[in-house]
Amino acid sequence: MATMVTGTKPVTKKSSGSGSKAPGPNGNGRNGHHFFEPDSNANRYRIGMWVALASIAMLFTALSSAYIVRAGSSDDWVSIAMPKVLLLSTALILISSYTMEIARRNLKASLVSGYSRWLLITTVLGLGFLASQLVAWKHLARQGVYLSSNPHSSFFYLLTAVHALHLGCGLLALIFLWVRSTMMSAGKVAPRRQAAADAVTIYWHFMDALWIYLFLLLFLWR
Amino acid sequence: MSDETHDGVHRHPAPTGFIRKYIFSLDHKVIGIQYILLALAAVLVGMTMSLLMRLKLSWPDHSWSLLAALFPGGAPNGVMNPEFYLSLVTMHGTIMVFFVLTTAPQGGFGNYFLPIQIGAEDMAFPLLNMMSFWVTLVGFVVILAAIFFSGAESTVGPIGGWTGYAPLSALGAIAGPGQGMGMNLWIISIAIFCVGSLLGALNFITTLLNMRTKGMSLMRMPLTCWAWFTTAVLALLSFPVLLGGGILLLLDRVAGTSFFIPGGLYVSGVLSGQNPNFPLHTGGSPILWQHLFWFFGHPEVYIAILPGMGATSHILATFARKPVFGYRAMVFAIFAIGLLGFFVWGHHMFISGMSPYSAIAFSVLTLSIGVPSAVKTFNWLGTLWGGRIRFTTAMLFALGFVSLFVAGGISGLILGQSSLDLAMHDTYIVPGHFHLVMGVASIFGMFAALYFWFPKMFGRHMNESIGKFHFWVTFIGVYCIFIPMHVMGLVGMPRRYSQFTEYGFLDKLHPLVLFVSISAIITITVQIVFYFNVIWSMFKGQKATDNPWEATTLEWITSSPPPHDNFAGVLPVVYHGPYEFAVPGAPNDYVMQTDVGVEVTSGNGHNGHGH
Repeated sequence: MATMVTGTKPVTKKSSGSGSKAPGPNGNGRNGHHFFEPDSNANRYRIGMWVALASIAMLFTALSSAYIVRAGSSDDWVSIAMPKVLLLSTALILISSYTMEIARRNLKASLVSGYSRWLLITTVLGLGFLASQLVAWKHLARQGVYLSSNPHSSFFYLLTAVHALHLGCGLLALIFLWVRSTMMSAGKVAPRRQAAADAVTIYWHFMDALWIYLFLLLFLWR
Repeated sequence: MSDETHDGVHRHPAPTGFIRKYIFSLDHKVIGIQYILLALAAVLVGMTMSLLMRLKLSWPDHSWSLLAALFPGGAPNGVMNPEFYLSLVTMHGTIMVFFVLTTAPQGGFGNYFLPIQIGAEDMAFPLLNMMSFWVTLVGFVVILAAIFFSGAESTVGPIGGWTGYAPLSALGAIAGPGQGMGMNLWIISIAIFCVGSLLGALNFITTLLNMRTKGMSLMRMPLTCWAWFTTAVLALLSFPVLLGGGILLLLDRVAGTSFFIPGGLYVSGVLSGQNPNFPLHTGGSPILWQHLFWFFGHPEVYIAILPGMGATSHILATFARKPVFGYRAMVFAIFAIGLLGFFVWGHHMFISGMSPYSAIAFSVLTLSIGVPSAVKTFNWLGTLWGGRIRFTTAMLFALGFVSLFVAGGISGLILGQSSLDLAMHDTYIVPGHFHLVMGVASIFGMFAALYFWFPKMFGRHMNESIGKFHFWVTFIGVYCIFIPMHVMGLVGMPRRYSQFTEYGFLDKLHPLVLFVSISAIITITVQIVFYFNVIWSMFKGQKATDNPWEATTLEWITSSPPPHDNFAGVLPVVYHGPYEFAVPGAPNDYVMQTDVGVEVTSGNGHNGHGH
């Protein structure tokens, strides 16, 4: 038996050895001789974000299916009236999606100050959304409609709260990006920064779409 | 940009402080070992509980003085009361399924070897990786707390089974012993566990998609990587559903909602709404909880066993000195099992009043899982066929996995038929079935993995003689424990009962019950030898070379144990498929994935693309 291959150096050297197959593609084009190629390193933020969204989507799918089953299987369902302030929430989050996209494109064009400014605007709009949701809760509470009042109100509080929690995490990410953006110098933007901004933008759009979905579910399916 | 120079956490030199190196480590290898240690601790708790259950079943009226001292409420005068037994059932199931069968195969071995096997220097998100472990550990602490917070109720934890069926689990303390704070903690623990698993799954998937080294095409990955990847996908899509269900259940308990609690319940002499401890509930659906739970619960059993399948394939090929038979079929079978696993949850609910038409659909889908399972079994046998088998301990456990998987899977074909399940569901045949196929089979996969990778993880071999002793006693032992349960089930012995002294038709089964208990006591005792072997070998075991098994995949090109960045700064380049054993014309009987200058023309279908 010949000696075993125990080190790393011999095997990673380029070799013109006869007949060895060329390394196949691996989907990200990394080069074995360097630890990181910036693009590959940055890509993981986008991939990771899509994977995370799949899991969040499953959470809301589970809660929606519970909602639909619960609504269809009982005779104690009492629909709550839609607090009008939710229209304001919807408008705010739609606009914030738009401003987030502007921020992302500013960064892509290496316009750091514009990026920073639009991030801040998005953050304020996000906080406005949360405040508006809180007003909706207060409005219902004033009418005596609480979490345990009836199945529809239970789901309303639950779904809005879980959405708000996720949106709150998005806000933390926005604030983090904004703080980092104030420390960035003008010029070429690192792929990693761009990827982080892309990932948060994807998340923010998802939160927007999720709210629209929940809004329609809660007040059309009742 | 200043941060370009130290882009990525793991490009740092290895940490030197004890805390950063071993406690709050970002290194996937350390985190993997932490997960394995967690599982080794949790399995002790779970195993002790099963031992107590066997004692109760075999000697129901015997007085155990130690128990009288430890649990004066649950075992007055040392005789376990029924509630004590039921809480043991609950906690044994919960701890084993979540903190052993989910943590060791995926969080433990997956964490350690997935990055190395694909030629990466760490996971994609090391910080998330560390968080996933610590969150899981908090979940474990909370489940242990559930034991003690139920002490006043004469139990060792909540009562509800690992499935926590509503409405019992949703009503709160009014519903009797084991339904108070312990049940809240049980739900919270599982919710925490869900979050930890999700962080892990996110990391696994991203790492595998993004961090494969040059030449590591998908079809050149070891089957272990495919198994961990599929497991991560299952976890990613199923744990959120359990999390959602858990939130609803907790709200029913603490916030007075009625997601799962139907109206008009009369519990412990109190009508719903007639007592401040039992608020008015209307219209909830207990079946809804079952759907949410089992939509998670069925993929969960594949989360437990798929990594074992991957490890078994990997180890069988290595010690049979042959390529895995039908590599591509194996990959597709893993996917098929994972995919079908999402459409069969109803077979756990045949007796819950399901429409016979739904039952037929779930039944047909369930039985169809037999097809990819048979493909895998056939290919394992094909891999062994004509091989020059090296009977190491790891190989024995891998062979044991195949045996247990088949033996336990056969009864799955019986239980998967709704007409038969109606009669058998609440009998001992079900514990017999699932313990063989997803309990001990998965554990055997992990034993095989530990004996196989121990030299890589610690630079020393586990003792083979002790290992073989451990294997044979455990292998025979688990069959002696679980095969008789099938017989008990066919006779009609109901599961979850703490004693059978009141049922005359079961009296004749008592010798069998005793036989199972004695087998269990012997098998559990022998695990002490295993623990000793693990600890002793870490420090005193025979020193291992870098590639002691003459295996082919990337973990064997680096040192044992691997350096902090896995490949000492130079990432490997992959030229071959993962299982190139006995290649005609090659200088060795194995061609490592990184070997150059070796012509591999065997038609195994996995050396590159384009087949």
